[in-house]
Amino acid sequence: MRRIGLLALLCLLPLLAIAQAIQPLPFHDRAEEVRFQKLSAELRCPMCQNETLADSNAPIAHDLRRQIFEMMQAGKSDAEIKAYLVDRYSDFVLYKPPVEPKTWLLWFGPLVVLVLGGLVVAVQVRRRARTAPATTAAANDTEDDW
Amino acid sequence: MSRFLPLIAFGLLVALFGFGIWWNTAHDQHDIVSPLINKPAPAFALPVLGDDTRKVDKQSLLGKPYFLNVFGSWCIECVHEHPVLSGEVKQLGLPLVGFNYKDDPQDATAWLAEHGNPFDVVIVDRDGRAGIDFGVYGAPETFLIDGKGVIRYKHVGPITPDVVANEFRPALAALAKESP
Repeated sequence: MRRIGLLALLCLLPLLAIAQAIQPLPFHDRAEEVRFQKLSAELRCPMCQNETLADSNAPIAHDLRRQIFEMMQAGKSDAEIKAYLVDRYSDFVLYKPPVEPKTWLLWFGPLVVLVLGGLVVAVQVRRRARTAPATTAAANDTEDDW
Repeated sequence: MSRFLPLIAFGLLVALFGFGIWWNTAHDQHDIVSPLINKPAPAFALPVLGDDTRKVDKQSLLGKPYFLNVFGSWCIECVHEHPVLSGEVKQLGLPLVGFNYKDDPQDATAWLAEHGNPFDVVIVDRDGRAGIDFGVYGAPETFLIDGKGVIRYKHVGPITPDVVANEFRPALAALAKESP
């Protein structure tokens, strides 16, 4: 019986890791907390490979969360807080980088690939539609049968 | 032509992913290029380690270039770069300012006593606020700040003899060329 109790307690141990991850901050109200959570989820922890400031347990993430909280208390807007962090840690901290020439590929690349793919498909379909009557006659024509 | 399209598309994807792999291995993902390079260092006024009554500020360090080395007794890599700091970096002849980052002053003093103190002065950023202004996100990090208080160069991670030869020396040469 005691063993089972101990085992049950051991199973709870991993929860400690979650419990210590983010320290509670003294928010005035729920709206403020929601705003804080949303903002820190849009910002990347500079120390970590790919974690948001909200999720990270790195010391710098803790410090930056505190900094964000204090700036919110001081009445700074989300844009001002982001600009503050970008001034110090570059665009790296933003999960959504600004649209500018060097990020065009990032923003519009997928669209370009999609359009190109669509064009290729469209061209193939039209071609096949034109050659279809002929190819039914010549069954051994292996052209385009991928 | 059209029968080669899949091959071409495949080749393009291979090239794209290959580039991704090359890019990720060739670049240190943790090395964020500081937006503060070639901008004035942030203003700071921090107490000196072991003497809280004395403060060092940005103004008092103007006039000649210096290195600002972010370290902490908790930092493992700092132990590794320490011999280079007191060896190759010291030989460059610039003042070496220690920036004790998020550390217990007693631990820092003990750490310096144990490993030796290469710094001309050590300033204490206990809560890491001045560190945020410098865009510090860990330790070790090293800044080269010129006589006008402008950040000229930043190295993230431990300093190795290679870093001194390939990065610090050229950065210093560029400084010397500018103000003979």
